[in-house]
This record gives sequence, structure tokens and C-alpha cells, in this order.
Amino acid sequence: MTQQQAFAGRPVYVVDGARTPFLKAKGKPGPFTAANLAVAAGRRLLDRQPFSPDLFDEVIMGCVMPGPEEANIARTIALRLNCKERVPAWTVQRNCASGMQALDCAAHNIASGRSDLILAGGVEAMSHAPVLLNEKMVRWLADWMRARSFGARMKALSQLRGGHFKPVIGLLCGLTDHTVGLNMGQTAENLAYRFKISRERMDAFAVQSHQRLARAQDENFLNEIEVIYDTRGHFYDADDGLRRDSDVAKLAKLKPVFDRHYGMVTAANSAQVTDGAALLVLASEAAVEKHKLPVMGRIVDAAWAGLNPAEMGLGPAHAMAQILQHRKMKPSDIDYWEINEAFATQVLACREAWMDSAYCKKELGWRKAVGEIDNERLNVDGGGVSLGHPVGASGARIVLHLLSVLERTKSKQGIASLCIGGGQGGAMLLERP
Amino acid sequence: MSTNSSAGQKNRTNNQDPAPAEASIQTQGKHWRYELDDEGIAWLHFDKANSATNVLSAAVLEELDAQLALIENKLPRGLIILSDKQNGFIAGADIKEFGPFADSSEATGLIRGGQLVFEHLAQLQCPTVSMIHGFCLGGGMELALACSHRVALDDPRTRLGLPEVKLGIHPGFGGSTRLPHLVGAPAAMDLMLSGRTISARAAQRIGMIDAAVPERQLKRAAIMMVKKPPTVAPGKRRWRALTNNFLVRPVLAAMMRRQVSKRAPASHYPAPYALIDLWATHAGNPPKMLAEEAASVARLVTGATAQNLIRVFFLQEQLKSQGKSASKKSNRNRSKTMPLETQHVHVIGGGVMGGDIAAWCALQGFQVTVQDQRHEALAQVLKRASVLFKKRFKKTYLVQAAMDRLQPDRDGLGVERADVIIEAIFENIEAKQSLYRELEPRMKKDALLATNTSSIPIETLSEVLKRPERLVGLHFFNPVAKMQLVEIVRGSGTDDKVVKQAAAFTRQIDRLPLTVKSSPGFLVNRVLMPYLMEAVLLEAEGVPGVVIDKAATGFGMPMGPIELADTVGLDICLSVAEILGEQLGLAVPERLRQLVNEGRLGRKSGQGFYHYKDGKALKEKPGRDYKAPDDVEDRLILRLLNEAAACLREGIVEGADLLDAGIIFGTGFAPFRGGPMHYVEESGSAPLLGRMGVLKQRHGERFEVDVGWPVEAEKVPGTGATTN
Repeated sequence: MTQQQAFAGRPVYVVDGARTPFLKAKGKPGPFTAANLAVAAGRRLLDRQPFSPDLFDEVIMGCVMPGPEEANIARTIALRLNCKERVPAWTVQRNCASGMQALDCAAHNIASGRSDLILAGGVEAMSHAPVLLNEKMVRWLADWMRARSFGARMKALSQLRGGHFKPVIGLLCGLTDHTVGLNMGQTAENLAYRFKISRERMDAFAVQSHQRLARAQDENFLNEIEVIYDTRGHFYDADDGLRRDSDVAKLAKLKPVFDRHYGMVTAANSAQVTDGAALLVLASEAAVEKHKLPVMGRIVDAAWAGLNPAEMGLGPAHAMAQILQHRKMKPSDIDYWEINEAFATQVLACREAWMDSAYCKKELGWRKAVGEIDNERLNVDGGGVSLGHPVGASGARIVLHLLSVLERTKSKQGIASLCIGGGQGGAMLLERP
Repeated sequence: MSTNSSAGQKNRTNNQDPAPAEASIQTQGKHWRYELDDEGIAWLHFDKANSATNVLSAAVLEELDAQLALIENKLPRGLIILSDKQNGFIAGADIKEFGPFADSSEATGLIRGGQLVFEHLAQLQCPTVSMIHGFCLGGGMELALACSHRVALDDPRTRLGLPEVKLGIHPGFGGSTRLPHLVGAPAAMDLMLSGRTISARAAQRIGMIDAAVPERQLKRAAIMMVKKPPTVAPGKRRWRALTNNFLVRPVLAAMMRRQVSKRAPASHYPAPYALIDLWATHAGNPPKMLAEEAASVARLVTGATAQNLIRVFFLQEQLKSQGKSASKKSNRNRSKTMPLETQHVHVIGGGVMGGDIAAWCALQGFQVTVQDQRHEALAQVLKRASVLFKKRFKKTYLVQAAMDRLQPDRDGLGVERADVIIEAIFENIEAKQSLYRELEPRMKKDALLATNTSSIPIETLSEVLKRPERLVGLHFFNPVAKMQLVEIVRGSGTDDKVVKQAAAFTRQIDRLPLTVKSSPGFLVNRVLMPYLMEAVLLEAEGVPGVVIDKAATGFGMPMGPIELADTVGLDICLSVAEILGEQLGLAVPERLRQLVNEGRLGRKSGQGFYHYKDGKALKEKPGRDYKAPDDVEDRLILRLLNEAAACLREGIVEGADLLDAGIIFGTGFAPFRGGPMHYVEESGSAPLLGRMGVLKQRHGERFEVDVGWPVEAEKVPGTGATTN
């Protein structure tokens, strides 16, 4: 059943936030590990706060695949940000919505009175996803370690085959739903099929995403980005996945990558594989007053929904519908939308679903169609297709950026939402004071 | 420290483990305390009276000998020697007792005495273990080597070594004899010839200690070494013995001599050669070698090089004492540990100097923000810092922690929280002044504001401040990580307290502060400039660069002036020369302008006086029949000395000793000569002045003798060797 108001109790404020530029993975591990990304953005964020970092009550970070040295990456980040030993830190994982989950947990703890000041966000260094030995090889290695005599070793060696050396690509593995045997791109193909979304529409959406990001960069709309520096003399000041030369004709030439030959989802109309981090400072009213903090906005509500894993891309349609439902709102009450662009098709499908009364009746339990989301108010500064989707970070990024859009446009309410691999959706209702 | 409990608190390794605390027998001497625990192990605590640091003075050694005699009488199961000082085990012999000696036989007697005490320790018929934390250097290391085993705390503060060669001698309390047999000749000689100190882990790796362990294991390890002494694998033992074999020694010795001659010529630095000879001749016969070791050190320590290097050591101590903490009652033991007041350093200017100062401060444990408007510059700062940190720390997590402490800060968020702000932007009065105007209201009330200017008077810059007395100069030298000296520039209005704070901060970042008057070129650049300009003139006259450089290095300068100019950058030399030239009436050679105009800027542009290939100067030898003028060295050195005399006269620094210290640590001026003023004193003014007269006749007014020259009759005060 749907929840009622998520955060009963005290109001939850977002007072500040920052993110790294999102850096497109270029085949090799990128210049920053996940923790380095979060620390780079976090340090600037904390440096401009009027309170010292050890005054946080806790640090909560979302991350899907921390590196092998980054178990409980939130704690690593907190310590490196000088939050001092006494500030506890924990990491949450809800696949693509991990960053939003971190904010949700933080909001809960502030609303309930457990915490007053929380650093929360998400981070992912997808380019650093591990490459693993396959199980055959692991078993063989175990035998090899046991083989002591020369004969036993020769025997073990003789059993080694080419297949032992086939690596398991951690990233691909993580982007596959093993309960339904589909990778994420194939679930997007499902949506295109169900809602009759053409290749042209997907590509047009992708082009629009790049155009909007280009405009946002030119107009300096992405002021939440902090410049970060590596140790090799380079700096990074902008999302580097942007293709200003992107056009429909060019995109039409690309081959589908998930359903090879006959599919429609290509690399260009899917989210990019990217590294990035986004962090927010959440505060109670008491903390806002005590430290005289500026208020960017309020986290009013959040909802989580489950649905068919093979159609996971419709998650936002489900989660956002819950928020509208129990707050008795209609789409036109919402000023701006950020729906994470895992796939162009998937965002288009969410809009289609909300305009499809049959779908809304059957799947959402509404009496009629939910209604239309205005394309001019959706992902106005681009999204995952153009700037990338570092899975753990995106949830925090869209919340942060939505607040900045609301501020820029002097408007009031917005919803940020993501689809989640495994068949879930998450949504958050934000309000500007 | 007469009770157990208070000693236990002081001893950092004595927290919970009660083992030696409830001793059944104890005797308390002045410097040593003996305890016998209920397992029959004797603990000999060293806690030198009235001293923050353990050093081996004659009195300390005498008492140790008496303690050892008692121990010998009633032999314990084993003996563990440890220090009750927080800062370390033993810093070495007491350098204050290093002379002057009447003659070398007096010195031999003294050294033999020390050797016998250690021999006493080495001959004890029970396991003996040195339990080491912090520094274990020189005589302290030799004491440890006289034990049968050694265990050290695995901690960055633990440093072991035999740095005697830096004082112009070599180990004399048996270290030269024992170490080659313990770790093999190559490792031992490398350590003693370079004088470098190593970490506990490195010491374990070469076999100088038996184990490097964390604090939680230190005491247990020492006890276990008594109960079950560790042994060296036979293979390793045989290999180490082989390196000391009489057939192998001549070969290795020849290689070592070749190595050493690249770094230090025998005429200037005899100690390394004496050590190699000693080992090569006597390593087969340890008792004989011990006696020869004492004689060799006695010869060295009474020589001019050692006495001058010892002088330099005390000069360094004198500089350090300039930075004795300005704060109220600073705990002497803590002075080394970490920032007393300073936590956050903000550096403005991400150029080479600013960036390297920032990186250095982060290396030393401070939180650092470095401000520059150019992202490119900040990225380069981090790149260079990363190289420095990797070299210094090795361990990844320490490198990362240092990188985390160094924060690029384009919009100057660090200004408000900084305890020290160092401005290192380009040399422009208006730019600096407008920066200060903007900074002052944002700074913490008592934060230190320092400028790294090398040519603008502090008084001019401080005009724009509401509190002009707070501005002080912190003049670093390039490369920051190598050059130990920092000139603390005192403007006429600079507050005394601010000067003290600046000096204390300089100590906190492990640099040597030297207070200088705000006057063109301060001390170091001013003294260096005439010397460099004379070199340029010589070169313009047709004397090949190599010949000029050779004259300088022959005198003992670490690098010749021509190569130095190329390394600094000819454009920078020119700009400093022009500024100083105007202020001091110094002619700037046309040749320098010409090279800069041609874009030949030195090493960085691949071409200056020399051509460079892969960063190395291609030094062409002059033709066979080339005959250099006979006054090259005089022209270079006498101009330097003359300018130094002028600085002394003008009171740029307080006294000849500090002047010598500044020139040695700021320019690398031949340390074995003890500094320019000391050199003048040693050589006698008269002959030098006579040579000046000749040069003036030949080359003109620039060799006019400054009235500040010390005249024979009134000698400059000597070393006045005081420490702490």
C-alpha cells in the first residue's frame, strides 16, 4: 500500500549542496576514486559552512559499488573531510537511487528529532568498477594453493583452460537484473515496445538533453559544480559527457547495444557511464537557527514503489503517483520535474504511462490517467543521457539541481525521481520557502 | 623523576603493561635508573638530568659504566636499555664536548673512554636489548649496536642512523667497527658515509635492528628477545661476513671511494675517506679496529673541517632557537610534536613558490588552502605536491592524508579560518596592497600575515593595513623542500611579537628562521648577487662557464654560479639584479640582458649559459691550451665576502654568527669553511684585503673594500657554542 506523509515531525531543510563535474568513463579507470570524488566536492561544501565539520550528527552516503578499499565509503569520506572520529557515518545502497535513499534516511532522522545536521549524498566511480575472476578460476586457484608437490602442481596446471581467464566485468554484472535475466537496456527495450516509442523519439529526446545541458553550461545554470583537481596537473570544471554536435541524423547511425541488430536503445540514447559525487547539507530548524544557515528548500515528502523488474524504467511513474496521491496534487501543481534519464525511452515511457488511463487504472490504482508532464518543465538542464548517471550519485544530484532550478525560476514545488534497477521507483517532493 | 609512577607516565611506551613497574630492586642514579623485575630482567632507564633530550656526556657515560659494573656483579637474566624521554632514545654524544681539544691524543683518550664503556656493555654475559623509540642517532645508535639485540618502535618519529660524517667525523664509539659486521659492509658503509637516518622498518630490513614493532608490541618484543634471543639466518650471516672478507674489502673500498668523490672531495671532507681506509685496513681485526677508530676520529675531530662543521651544527641550533615558541609557557617536550597554535595555513599565489610553500606546510601536517585565480596553476600545485608527498611518505594512506590537507581554494574560503596567511603573488606593489586591503578585514584577529616578497620593502606593503605592525616577511628559497632557511623579514614597524610568531611558525614547518632587516635583497640574495654578477662578467670576458663554476666548487660551493644562475632562471636573476642593482648601486652586466632577450632563460628553456639536454647541463671542457686567469676564484669569493661584510656593518642580521648561518643555509656556502665571516677570521683579514687591493687595481671600484670588514685586531666573536 502507499505510505502516508513520509516525514512526520520536524521540517527538514536543505541548506547547501555541491557536486563534482560528472566525468564520462573512457574505458580505463578514471582519475578519481569514488571517495576522492566525494571528498573533493565535500571539502569545498564544508569549507564554506559557518560551522565546523565535526558538528555533523552523522554522514550518510549512497553508493552502489564502492571500491574494494572503500567498504562503508561514507565513513571513509567523513573521516577524510575532517568530520572527526565521533561523527558516525553509514552507507546505503538502493541501486540507482542510493543517493536519494541517503537523503531519505537523513530526512527521516531529522524529522524524528534524532539528528539536527547531516551531510548526505551519493557517489559512484563507475569507471573503477572491478573486473573479477570468474568462478572457475577462483576454484582453480583454490586447488592450486593446495597443490604442494610438483606432480599435484603439474596436474593443476594441466587443468587450466582458456575459459578460466574470461573476466567477469563487474559493471555489466551490476547492470543486469539476474531475477529476470535482462540487462537494464533490455528493460528499456521492453518499455519502447509496450508504449510504442520509436527510435526517432528516443534520439530526439537524447538530442534535446544535450541541447539543454549545453544551454545550462553556457548560462552558468550548473552552479552546484565544484572544480576538482587530480594529481597529474589537470582540473575538471564541467560535465564532460556533453556532445554539442549531437543531432538526430548522427544518432540514427548508431547501432543498438543491448538488443543487438533489432533493438532501438543505443549508447547515445542511454545514460552515460560516469563518475561523480553530489553532497547536500540537511538541517533541522534548530540547526538552521543556531548556525544561521541559508535555506535552499525543504524536503517535504518521499515515496518508494515496487514494480515489475522487467519494466523497471517505469519506477518514477509509480513513485511520483504516490506522492501526488497522498498529497492530493495533480501534475500541474508541480513547477519542475527531474526524472533521472537512465534511458531516453524510459523517461518518455513514464510520461506515456501517466497519460494512459488503462495503465494508470491497472498499475497505479488511479481512477483515471494521472495527467501530462510538461516537457518544458522536465529535466530543463539536461540529464543522465547528456551528463551521465553515476548510479549512486544521481539521486542526490537531481534533488540538488531541482532546488537550484526552483530558485532560479522563483517557483515553489518540484519532484525529483529515479527508476531503480530491480523494479523500483523513488521520488522526492521539494519545496522552496 | 624519583618515583616509578611518574617515570612511567613520561615513558610513552609504559602505559598499561605493569611488568617492570613493580620492580623488586631498584637503584636511582643521576641519569640512569636500574630496576630488576620479578622475572629477573634488568631494566636500565636513561633519563638525563636537566635535559629534554638524552645525550651521552662524559658524566652520563661514567655513570653508565658504574651501573654496568653492578649489573655484571649480579648478572640478570637479561638487560633492557630504554629511554624515559618522550622525544626519543638517545640523540648522540654531547657535541658540546667535541672540543676544542689541546691535541689529538686528548681526544683519543676521551673517545677510548667511551669505547670502553660500550665494550663493557658488549661483554655482558647475558642478552642485552636496546628498546628504541624516537631518534637513536650517533653515539646512541652505537650504544644500541653494543647490545646483543635491538627492537624499535615502528613510528614515523623513529629515526636511526650514524650521522657523524655530517660533523666531519665518523662513528667513534665502536659504530664504525660493529656495524659492517652486523649488516654487511655495503649497507653499513652506505649509512655511515651518507650520514642519513632511516626508519625503523628500513633498519629492520638491513638488519640493523632485529624488529620494528608497533607500540603495543614493543615491550613484549624486548622481553621475548631476552628470553629467546633471535638469530640471523645462516645464509644472511655468511653473506654479510663475505662483504667484510679481506679479499673483497679492497674492491668494495675502491668503489666506495669513487662514489664518495662524486659528492665530497677529500681535500674538503676527509672523514668519509678516513672511514673507508679504516674499514678496508682493519675490518679483519675488530679489537685493533676499535683502537684505530678512536685514533682516526681523534685526528678528524681536531681538524679544521670537523671543527667548522661542528660550528655549523651549533649555528643551526642557534637558528632553531630563534624560533623557540612565542607562546606563553610552551612545553619543551611538545615543541617538536605539532602545531601549538597554528592549524590552518592559507597561501595566496599558486606559482612555484606559493604552491611549494603550501605543499610543504601540508607535508608538515597543517591544513592548507592555496588560493589562485587560475585553475591551471592550482592543478600544477597539486601535481608537484603529489610528487613530493609520494617521495616523502611512501605509504599510500599517508600520501592521501597529505593531499587531503592541501586544498585548492580559488575563491579564498581559507582566509577566514587561517592562522597564518602567506602571500606569494607576483612582485607588484599595487597588486599586493590591494590584496592586503581586501584580506585584513576578513582575517582572524591574531592571524599572522606574511609576504614572500623578495624585493619590495615591508614598510611599503604595510602602508595599506589598519594594523601595519602585523605584516612580516617570510622569505622562502627555491626549492622550498630543499632549502632549509627562511628569512624572517622585519619591517621597521613590524611588531616584535609578530616576528617571534613568524620564527616559531618557521620552526613548526621544520625550516630554519633567520631574522633580517627589511633592506634590499635582505641577506641571502644581497650577498649572492655580486657573486653571481661577477660570474656573469667573467663569462662575458670569455672565461668559459665550466672554469668559473669549477673555481667556485673548488672553493666548496655546492654549485657553480653560472649553473646556479641557469637553474634559478636568468630572467629571475635579471629582475632581482635590476631591482637590487638600482637600490645598491650594482651594475647589471649587459650579457645577462642579452641572454634574456634571446630567450635563453636557463635550465627551464633548455638554454642559458649552458645548453641543456634532459635537464642536464652540457659542460664543454675548454681547449687544452686555454689558460684561465689566476684571479677567478678571488673575484667570485671576495665579492661575496665584501658584500657579507657590508651586511654585517649595516646590521642586516644580528652578528657575524647569524650572518654565517644565513649564508650557509641560504646559499650552501662551503659549510666546512664555517661561513664567510668565520672564513675571513680564519684566513686573516690582511691577506684577503691585500688581494682585494689587487683586484681593485685590475678591475675597478666594485672591489672597493667595505668599511665593515673585520680588522685583524678586533676579531669577530667565535662560535660561542651554546645550545638550548
